[in-house]
Amino acid sequence: MKPVRSVEGRAIPFGQKNVDTDVIIAAEWLKTISRDGLGKGAFESIRAQEGNVFDDPEYAGASILIAGDNFGCGSSREHAAWALDDMGIKAIIAPSFSDIFSSNAFKNGLLAIALPQEAIDRLMEVAKTDPVTIDMESMSVTTPFQDRFTFEMDPFRQQCLMDGLDEIDLTMAKSDAIEAHENRVDSAQSWHKPIAA
Amino acid sequence: MTEAKTLYEKIWDAHVVDQRDDGTALIYIDRHLVHEVTSPQAFEGLRKAGRKVRRPDLTLAVPDHNLPTTARIDADGNKIPIADPQSAAQLEALEANAPAFGIKYIGASDKEQGIVHVIGPEQAFTLPGTTLVCGDSHTAAHGALGALAFGIGTSEVEHVLATQTLQLSRSKSMEIRVEGLLGPGISPKDLILHIIGVIGTAGGTGHVIEYRGEVFEQMSIEGRLTVSNMSIEGGARAGLIAPDEKTFAYLKGRPMAPKGADWDAAVAYWKTLPTDNDARFDKSVTIQAADVAPTVTWGTSPEDVVPVTGHVPAPESFADASKRDAARKSLDYMGLTSGQAMGDVPVENIFIGSCTNSRIEDLRAAAQVLDGRKKADGVKWAIVVPGSGLVKAQAEAEGLDKIFTDSGFEWREPGCSACLGMNPDKVPPGERCASTSNRNFVGRQGPGARTHLMSPAMAAAAAVTGKLTDVRELIG
Ligand code: SF4
Repeated sequence: MKPVRSVEGRAIPFGQKNVDTDVIIAAEWLKTISRDGLGKGAFESIRAQEGNVFDDPEYAGASILIAGDNFGCGSSREHAAWALDDMGIKAIIAPSFSDIFSSNAFKNGLLAIALPQEAIDRLMEVAKTDPVTIDMESMSVTTPFQDRFTFEMDPFRQQCLMDGLDEIDLTMAKSDAIEAHENRVDSAQSWHKPIAA
Repeated sequence: MTEAKTLYEKIWDAHVVDQRDDGTALIYIDRHLVHEVTSPQAFEGLRKAGRKVRRPDLTLAVPDHNLPTTARIDADGNKIPIADPQSAAQLEALEANAPAFGIKYIGASDKEQGIVHVIGPEQAFTLPGTTLVCGDSHTAAHGALGALAFGIGTSEVEHVLATQTLQLSRSKSMEIRVEGLLGPGISPKDLILHIIGVIGTAGGTGHVIEYRGEVFEQMSIEGRLTVSNMSIEGGARAGLIAPDEKTFAYLKGRPMAPKGADWDAAVAYWKTLPTDNDARFDKSVTIQAADVAPTVTWGTSPEDVVPVTGHVPAPESFADASKRDAARKSLDYMGLTSGQAMGDVPVENIFIGSCTNSRIEDLRAAAQVLDGRKKADGVKWAIVVPGSGLVKAQAEAEGLDKIFTDSGFEWREPGCSACLGMNPDKVPPGERCASTSNRNFVGRQGPGARTHLMSPAMAAAAAVTGKLTDVRELIG
């Protein structure tokens, strides 16, 4: 994974609440066996509407998406994160995210940043004309107008994102502990393994 | 004295491989279900990194999402090819990846094939006290048996395949306590839709829900699976119901269940799992069972519920501005006007199936309503899709298939079908569907499709009258 230390750029002032992953990428697009090329299908049902923010030339090349509460709810499809990534989005800022989506975003080096609604309201305003900056070291979102909002993130995630660490490698380094757990269960709970039916 | 713990805490504690100071832990995963849609990129990742599957014996693969539900074998016993090349490629990828990585694979034409969340419990691959994951958010269903079960994304699928663990932070615990019992004609689906209406789709975010109260103790395992399945619609990654004698009776003798002395040891352990009396939950919600009516959805979020005897709400009736806005958009999409009686809403399509409601009890409940009746003329398309080959065989042995076909339903092969618009079973744009599935999102059943969620008996009632109907009027 590529290290992400900061993201700076225009932000799409989307703002919608409860955006489910079916809206981010519809089921029809899930038939792929690759992670690439899903950007074309992102927000398809919204893009079908005239005057939608995603096709507004003002926000062409935007790297940040600003959304409402409970972003990424519903289906666990990681295709939602891949689609956002493929359309050039590097960070999503919203008051809250579904648990699965924030985890999927993290695994793909996509920042899912939670800020209070007041901050979102302000950023929605700024986004119409100016860029937004996210700094991972200081965990803050700033604007050219001296706004500064700090966010929280689990320190492990912060480190992994900033250093671009591969989580599977990190876990494999603990294989002794994993094996110890397996041995413990095998001896104390022999019923635990599924019977090969 | 040891500290009082919830069921969730007991399962969590028994699976910690490595605890970190920041509160996150490496958690061992006992069971992993794999299907065709969320796994190809994970297997590809393993291949690229030259990694193996750590515990193929704890992993089970089955196709369900993409598989057409029409006949799979022709009169000469040959496989019927899948028309959509992308679907076919995805199914072939699973069929090739499973053996290549040493994973047991249940194929499209095997009699055990079915929806991942139906076959897990059915095969007793799912057991109380275990951790179970699948690249599908309705994995929450398996919590009905007292397993800590949750959906994961594809990167996590790859992580579990490679390491049999996940790095997780502990969730908060939430109790949903239901007081009293359900009235006649009210099903577990009505109850869970009502619960989601009360807590909202983000009500359980960050939490694991434990469903408690006499209603769940009396509920069959099938009913519990329906309830726990939709935990994710309430925002919770997992749902749990304490294992009890009903759970043990359901599991005993199933193909992958422990046998002999192992069975006895397992039951003795499972009996230690229920939440201790003085254990505390981070959040607690009480629901009165008497408040639950036959429930349907009116909008495009599972929290948009109303009793079938009620009316389409007015967007202005919501306190929150963005909810008002969402309600307006929903009504527009759904083609409904506020104040309209739900019982007047006509439906052209009926879907009985999905991992929420495709088990034998669901089919019995629908068949009971349809027995001796015909679908209304206005209903163009009505299908019943059993959750697995075994459910299908059981239903046929009971003659239910005959009841369905006599009343004008199509009797299909197992799979996810019209629960999501990715296989050929889709609801046409602008048309309504009375559906026993779990999501009424925009476009979920096909572009422009209008979904009303409800129980199997209610979907059957809608088929008979051609509009949303209080099933109690038909079975009274
Ligand atoms: S039936 Fe629907 S919800 Fe269940 S696993 Fe299949 S697609 Fe997902």
